[in-house]
Amino acid sequence: MRARPALCALPAMSEGTRPERTALPALLRAAGLFTAVAALLFLAFLFMRDSRAPKALIAVIALIIGIGGVWGLFYAGNGVIEALPRRLREAARPWLFVGPAILILCIYIVFPAVRTIWISFFDRTSQVFVGLANYAYIITDPEMLLVLRNTLLWVLLVPFFSVVLGLLIAVLIDRLGRVVERVIKALIFLPMAISFVGASVIWRFVYYFQPAGYDQVGLLNAIFTALGGEPQAWLTQIPWNAIGIPWINNLFLIFIMIWLQTGFAMVILSAAVKGVPQELLEAARIDGAGEIRVFFRITIPRIRATVLTVSTTILFLVLKVFDVVFVMTSGNFDTDVVASRMYAEAFRFFDFGRGSALAVLLFIIVVPFMMRTVRRMRRESA
Amino acid sequence: MKAGKLFIWIFVGALVIIWTAPTLGLLVSSFRSEDAILNSGWWTAFARPFASGQWTLGNYERVILADNMGNAFLNSLLVTIPSTVIPITIAAFAAYAIAWMDFPGRHLIFILIVSLLIVPLQMALIPVLRLYTGLRLNGTFLGIWLAHTGFGLPLATYLLYGYIATSISGEIIESAHTDGATPWITFTRLVLPLATPVVASFAIFQFLWVWNDLLVALVFLGTKAELALVTTRLAELVGSRGQDWHVLTSGAFVTIVMPLAVFFALQRYFVRGLMAGSVKG
Repeated sequence: MRARPALCALPAMSEGTRPERTALPALLRAAGLFTAVAALLFLAFLFMRDSRAPKALIAVIALIIGIGGVWGLFYAGNGVIEALPRRLREAARPWLFVGPAILILCIYIVFPAVRTIWISFFDRTSQVFVGLANYAYIITDPEMLLVLRNTLLWVLLVPFFSVVLGLLIAVLIDRLGRVVERVIKALIFLPMAISFVGASVIWRFVYYFQPAGYDQVGLLNAIFTALGGEPQAWLTQIPWNAIGIPWINNLFLIFIMIWLQTGFAMVILSAAVKGVPQELLEAARIDGAGEIRVFFRITIPRIRATVLTVSTTILFLVLKVFDVVFVMTSGNFDTDVVASRMYAEAFRFFDFGRGSALAVLLFIIVVPFMMRTVRRMRRESA
Repeated sequence: MKAGKLFIWIFVGALVIIWTAPTLGLLVSSFRSEDAILNSGWWTAFARPFASGQWTLGNYERVILADNMGNAFLNSLLVTIPSTVIPITIAAFAAYAIAWMDFPGRHLIFILIVSLLIVPLQMALIPVLRLYTGLRLNGTFLGIWLAHTGFGLPLATYLLYGYIATSISGEIIESAHTDGATPWITFTRLVLPLATPVVASFAIFQFLWVWNDLLVALVFLGTKAELALVTTRLAELVGSRGQDWHVLTSGAFVTIVMPLAVFFALQRYFVRGLMAGSVKG
């Protein structure tokens, strides 16, 4: 971060152009206004929570206090600051601007994160200290080991295939003309707009299974039976499934995430591919290198950093996504992952010790990768 | 080279089909009658598009009214709009202060805020839920607004700071001060309007993130019908009516129609917003 000229420490101009307003009545008026705004917001909150008013009225009030409330508080707070004596005013003003952000971050991230680490050393009700027992459970319990194995599958397969497919599309459609490229890009990117829940319903329908003898209305079984196979319940296949591919149901869930993330990888990698200097590619071609050789020897090394960034970005996302498993299988049939298990332990079984330990595990996995990203971001904003 | 081009078309064509057919199937099915959905694949509808009794709007009528999806849609708007406006406002004030005001510890504060990007949401859920139970904020709009504000604030501050500190020149701000403008005026009349591009990018990202969120809504709002959002409502329907595809397809379409509209209306900003948000913790 560059040192900034300290503009607000240069209040000299305000002395010349603005009369001092340190009168006590002004300060009282401003403080009164602030109190009134805060009280009004609190009353509106109580009304929304406790009244049985018609939905439309609640909706209008919600939008007014939801949008106007935060501005009202800042405005009234600024009024109080402006009514202070000059020296105090200039010292207090930055904290009016930055204070609310710090307060909210402490309440919603800093303290809870510390508290979660603390709770992870206690039993399910957070009463009895159990040391590392919750962590020992995570790395020894057979069911948990399955959860870890599935998570590993997710974090390896989703970034890998999203990046490979995204890169392939980016490179290939580069040759199909501008209009075609734009249309295809939009279609591949489209799933990014869809919620994980929505995507899960879309793919549940594709994987839908009816016993043999019925019309298969799920796309996958329709294709599979048309090719001569027996209809399969794809999502409930456990290792000893009819097809003989282990963890196949996990792969069907993982594919949903690849489907969602490929567009993201494609857009970023496409920009990187277009950034490779044409002269370099032309020179290699003139030297007689084929397209595939040019791709691996010139393009790939040039965009390595971007590939790495996209992969880690997708990896974080995959670690934290619980929606797909939650909606598709609720973690049954050996498909649970850390994020969905964390939700189940904490909010279905109410075992806060294990739930917290799983959250901490997610955090520990993310930290080393994220350090790199944060360092890069700090460099960029420096 | 001709064979190569053909291969590209086949490969890309196959991918495009895989990437669009499932969504198309959902859309088509949502307009077919319950019988038609369960007795013939949605792709057969194209073969005989005028078969009687096949098409219906009844699925939507039923899911919006009887299955409460209409109410969930309204709730989603009531949660999403403030959950987008509040963090942007608070982050913009903070970003302006860190960029253009002089006070002790501002570097440290910025580093702290950026570092918080690495904390996964899951780390905060249990303690915040306990806090909410104590304050009776559970199942209230205010509770979920503030939760989304907290979880979105590091990214918002980081993005807005990057723009406000570098893309707005010091001379503009200085001259405003010389003309007698207070920091409040400078910020609201000058800096915020100039920061519109980055505000729009983050707003789109946050809007979609909150609209599509399931986890935070499940934990802090629950699945009670009068408070359910489109995502929690849809997840609930999958659990209770997992075979009723006429309800699920139309319900799913109600939940994704909003992000799709944003996508088609604001495609360029949409991509930029998602890119900007890709570092969210």
